[in-house]
Parts: sequence; C-alpha cells; structure tokens
Amino acid sequence: MYGLGIVKGLWVTVQHFVDTYTDDIRWLSKRYIDPDKLSYRQSSKGKGLFTVQYPEEKLEVPERFRYLPFLLYEEKPDGTKEDRCTSCGICAKVCPPQCIWIERTEDPVTKRPVPAPKAFFIDTDICMNCGYCAEYCPFDAIKMDHDYEIASYDRTGAHVYDKEKLSKPVSYYAGIRPTDYAAEEQARAEAEAKKAARKAR
Amino acid sequence: MTEVVAPTVEAPAAALESRFPGAVTPDARAGYSGYVVAADQLIEVATALRDEMGYDYLSSVTGVDYIADGKLEAVYHACKTTGGPALVLKVQAPREAPVVPSLVNVYPGADFQEREAYDMYGIRFAGHPNLKRILMWEGFAGYPLRKDWKEAYYEGETKPFESRWPGGDFVRAEEKNIFSHNVAYPAGFTPDDWVPESEVSQYPVFDPSTQGEGHGLKTDKLVVNIGPQHPSTHGVFRMLVTLDGETIVNLQPVMGYLHRNHEKIGERNTFLHNMPFTDRLDYISSMSNNLGYALAVEKLMKVKVPERAEYIRVLMVELTRICNHLWAVGFLLNDLGAFFTPALYAIRERELILDFFEATAGSRMMCNYMRFGGVARDLPERIRDDNTLDFLNDMVFNRLPRAIDDLETYLTDNEIIRSRCIGVGVLPPQQAVAFSAAGPLLRASGVAYDLRRADPYSIYDRFDFKVCTRPNGDIYDRYLIRMDEMRESAKICQQVLRDMPTGGDILAGKPAYNVRVPAGESYGRVEGPKGELGFYIVSTGKTNPYRYHVRAPSFINITLLGELCKGHKVADVVAILGSIDIVLGETDR
Repeated sequence: MYGLGIVKGLWVTVQHFVDTYTDDIRWLSKRYIDPDKLSYRQSSKGKGLFTVQYPEEKLEVPERFRYLPFLLYEEKPDGTKEDRCTSCGICAKVCPPQCIWIERTEDPVTKRPVPAPKAFFIDTDICMNCGYCAEYCPFDAIKMDHDYEIASYDRTGAHVYDKEKLSKPVSYYAGIRPTDYAAEEQARAEAEAKKAARKAR
Repeated sequence: MTEVVAPTVEAPAAALESRFPGAVTPDARAGYSGYVVAADQLIEVATALRDEMGYDYLSSVTGVDYIADGKLEAVYHACKTTGGPALVLKVQAPREAPVVPSLVNVYPGADFQEREAYDMYGIRFAGHPNLKRILMWEGFAGYPLRKDWKEAYYEGETKPFESRWPGGDFVRAEEKNIFSHNVAYPAGFTPDDWVPESEVSQYPVFDPSTQGEGHGLKTDKLVVNIGPQHPSTHGVFRMLVTLDGETIVNLQPVMGYLHRNHEKIGERNTFLHNMPFTDRLDYISSMSNNLGYALAVEKLMKVKVPERAEYIRVLMVELTRICNHLWAVGFLLNDLGAFFTPALYAIRERELILDFFEATAGSRMMCNYMRFGGVARDLPERIRDDNTLDFLNDMVFNRLPRAIDDLETYLTDNEIIRSRCIGVGVLPPQQAVAFSAAGPLLRASGVAYDLRRADPYSIYDRFDFKVCTRPNGDIYDRYLIRMDEMRESAKICQQVLRDMPTGGDILAGKPAYNVRVPAGESYGRVEGPKGELGFYIVSTGKTNPYRYHVRAPSFINITLLGELCKGHKVADVVAILGSIDIVLGETDR
C-alpha cells in the first residue's frame, strides 16, 4: 500500500515523542536540576531526550578527558611551592604545533643550566589538545586539564599562558585524575624502593 | 559471503620489462619498490597494465620532489579490483621543466589527482583536459610542496624548532611577520589590476551562449553557484552548475577553501607529530585516519603490533565506521529535506560511542589514539557508570543492532525517500572503477572491493564478515549499503569482544617520542568509512618524513560528482553529494 512506509516511519517518531514525555513524567520536575539524573540520562540506560541543557547542565567529563596542559607543583609543608618541571624540553620537542616555549634557568655564577624553568609559555590558540606533552613527560610535571571554559574577550595576550597561569598543585591533579595519580605514585614508590634496595646492596 | 579471488601471483615485472624493454626498470633505490617508467612510454605501459594485467584501479597519483637529484617524480599506485597489493609506478622529470603525460584517458580517476600534483609540484601533465590549480587560487605564486618553497611563517625545515627550548622567548607569529610582507604573486600578476575573470570564461568547458532546449521557447543556459557557504555542501565547498531550465548540463566542483597544506605541515613534523594532525583530515572518523597512518609508518619500521592492541584497533575503527555511516545516513536525510529529525535519531548511538572514545582516548573526535606499534592507552575500567566490558557488550550486541533496525524501519520503506533516491545519480560499475571511486560509493555499484578483504591489513583476516554490495549504484543503494556495512561492523565488533585477549601489552616496545624510521617508501592503506584511505610516506632515515601524502577518499570520490549529476534536476545535486559523503577537512587537506 502506498504510504505505508511513511506511516511506519511516523510511528517511530511517535514512539520517540512519547518516550520524551513519559521520561519527563518519571523524573517529575527533577529531570533538569539534579546532576545525578543527568549522568543517568546520558548513560546507556537513558531514555527520551538525550540533549544537555548547557550551561545549566554540564556533562561529566571522563578522567582521561584532555583539554590544555597545566604544570604541576608540589606543596611543601612549609608552604613553599616546588615545580616538578626540570625544563628538560621534551614537551616542547614533542608538541606537534610547537606551542610550548621554555626558558631554562641558568646558574648566575657558573652559567650552567639549573633543572627548573625560568619561563614557560603555552600559546593556547595553537595548542591542539593532543596530550603528547603529558604522555611523554618523564617527570609527570605537565598534565592535561579538564577545564574547558576558557573563552575571553581578548584575542591576543589572554590566550598565552605563562608559568603562573599554568601552574596548579598536585592535589588538583589528584582530584581530576585519581586513577592516573594513584598509578603514578605507586610506580614512583616502587622505583624508589628498588633504588633503595640497590643502594643497601 | 563474497569470496574474493586470490590474486594470481604473476610477476608483472617480467611481463612489463620484456614488453617495454628499456622503458620499464625496477626501482633499485634501497627501501623502494615498483618500477620507474620512461615518460614517453607511460601511457602505453598504463594501458597494458589496465587491459592485459588486470590493474584496472588507479588508487593514487602524487608527486615527490627529489631536490638533491634535480628531479620531480610522479608516483602512481595501481591495483586490481580483484585484490592484492598495489603496484607502484614512477615517472621522473627534470625539476626545471617537469612534463609527464596525463593518464586521464586511461584512468579518468587521475583527473583531480593530477591537478593536485600540478598545483603542488608544478608537474605539467601533458594532455590533461583541464590542467589548472585545484586547491590553491590563480594568484598563488610557486608550488608549495616543492622542497625549496617556504610558507609564510617559515621557521625551520623540520620540527622541533630551535626557538622553543632552551631559550624559549615567546613571540606571536603574527607580530613577527606582518601579513602583507608574506604575499607573493606569480610573475605578471598584480592584485590591484586583477579583475577576476567571470567563472564562465574561467571554466572553458561551459558555453553559456549555447541556447537551451526550450521546446519552442528561446531559453538560455544559466550558471549558478551552489556554495561555498551552503548548508547542503557539508562545509565550504562550491559547485559551479550550468543549468538548462532546472536540468543540470554541467557541474564543476570548486574546492580548496579549507586548504592548509596538511602535507607540507606533515613534512615539517616528526613522524609522531603527524598522528594528531591525521585526526583533522576526516574529523568524523579520526580513528581510521590514525590507523592508516600508523600502518604506513609501521610498514617501514617493521614493528609487530601486540595482539590486544590489534583487537582494540579493530574495535575502534569499526565503531568509527558505524559513527560515520550513522552521520552519513542522517545527513543524507537532511539533504533530502527531512531536517535533522532523522539525523538526531541516527546519532543517538554515536553519542555513546563517542563517550567510549572519550573515556579511552581522552577526546571525542580528535582521538589521537594510535601509536606506532600499538595504541596510546588500554581501555578504561569504567565508562560513565558502567563497567567498560558491560558497556561495550550491551552496545555491540543489543543497542547497535536495534538502533540500525530502528533506523531501517524509520527510513527504508519511506515512499518519499524511495522516489527521491531510486534511479537518481546512477553510477555504473565500470565507471566507478575507472574513476577510482572508493568505499560505499564503489560497492553500491556492485563492485565487491573492500581493502579489508582485498588487501587485508591488521587482523581482518580473522573475522567473519561480508563485503556488502548493492547492484544499482543509485542514491538509494548508497544509503542501503551503509546500513549493510553498519551491521557487518557491529558483527566484527562482536567478534572482537569475544576474542580479545584480556591482558597483555598494548604497545610494542617502550613509548618513544623520537622515532627514527628506516629509509624507503611505503603506502599504507585502510578501508576507511568513506573509502580507501592511503598514506604514502617517503623516509630518508631521519625523524621527519621526506614525503607525506594522503590519498583522501573524499577528494577522489567527488571527481565523479559532475558525471553523476548530469541530466538530473538541481534539487538532486544536494542528494547526490550527500550520498557520496564527503568531509571537507579531508577533501581540501
């Protein structure tokens, strides 16, 4: 029968349409305000509308989500900060669009390099969020962030991050990437134990 | 199951060399394969290859600049549609006056590719009917892929650049180099006096003065620009259409609006740097792009990819194919006028697949997931609230097959779709092969050519799946073939989840950022969702590729667009373009 195909298609549309309403009723008014409901709706169990009402609702990002690098510093008990970065330059070399500029510190007397960055710039307009810098950093000193809301009114200077703007404490990193952090700490502890054992021998 | 006949193992070498003594010599350079053909015999050799030896499909045409030898080289990869590896032919020409005969009459699929090689290298293809720039504009000076050409913000031959470390003093490129100081024009070209020729005279194939068939009335032909800013062109893409009434007499695609010289960037980059750049080619299916590039480099490096990594790769690539086809079908319906409802129903499952990509690779679309010899990271423990394996099992065993069924109920029998699609934009199989069409476009015309079977890579020889074909080659069949392929991909994913080893390495060797690749050439190709995606790489043994070429299916498939549209109504152009399924990131590179 001519038109049956269209009717069949419309039936699918009706089902989708009804689904959105029954799902709304199921959550009553809580569908759009409760963050737990959002993660349920977005999961494979969700039904009905699957759009997200950004910025009122924000999708939870997975741990491995990567958006712009940041530098890690340790918070010492005396309140001082110690950069993990040794300015070895691997991140600058491995960066595909070459958006990392590092100035190495020199000892004022001997003129020999000191393992700490004097200046560190990332041009976030150029950064392609590939995550290589974090992947290949041997000191776990640069990691990919989760903060993706970086719009600004300035087209030029505001998008070039200096060391101060890039630096974040290790505790922040442990908060956004708990699994990775735990694995790295474990690996570090094992390596140190091995080193100690070798020394003892 | 479509059985692909194993290629007859006859050495075309002996046959070619004895047939054309002196004109065909094996390429003796270390790490190279194939034959060097004398320019004056190229057409005869290509004709013999096509007609007598079964190499009926010209996969790729490109150039290489061997500046040290003072030579430009045109490189051809020819294949058999019955399967087997590609045969490489090369023609060398002096850099000062590079002339190579055009193969358009033997392989019409060489049309755009020869224009691209002319545009990038200045190789003149004698006998080409319409040899002019294709990606760059007429006021562009020089040939950008030649080794002595330098881009506007030139900093060094290869990355990493010296200025970044250890004395990293940041300067914005814009401040260092003012725009107008970079601009060069060809000799005799002054932008102030330049009056753009009208499109009509620019494309001499059109003759608007010819009268239309007005059936008794006096009518003129009309030239209409569709695009570059048009929602149906899937990006910035222009079609120059000559109309007689509403009927299309001629159609010329105009592209390059998104051109960024991906290949020049690729030759400045190190081998590893290129991986995230491949994501941005066909940005709907970055995983396939990653795999194609990784395969090309792994061929030169001769690394063995660990089992688990192979399975993960296949899983990722097949899910990517499903994503791509869901989008392609959804957008085809958009182009037919069913605005976004079908597209959104189609991409609902894609959201979950992207969640999986994001949880694994860290990004939804720019995955940057493959590495030489494996993948970047193992699968995560959880995806949102689910255990990863439960999530994947539910997806490939339940959700995806159900979603495809749903979509099929929704669309396949729809009378409007059928009347818009059946018999429109018909592509006969001979023409499809001659024009080097690839992927669903080729298989919808009844040619069972799928690289996963024809020239198996990775571990595709282990899986049971069908190379789908459809007999008619119209828009409707191109829609159906995508539905078929999604089912087959889901089937492959099911087998992956069944057979994947639970543990083990995901990368051969230690992660290394500065890989050295042995000297030589390689052509890695995968069956991407849009067709054969090839990477031609020449290494000189350093950390940067000497030549990096992408055989982009979107680019080559639209060689056919004009042919497919002729004689149809203007409204069908949009549907035909939608059924070819292009992504401009890949077309323009």
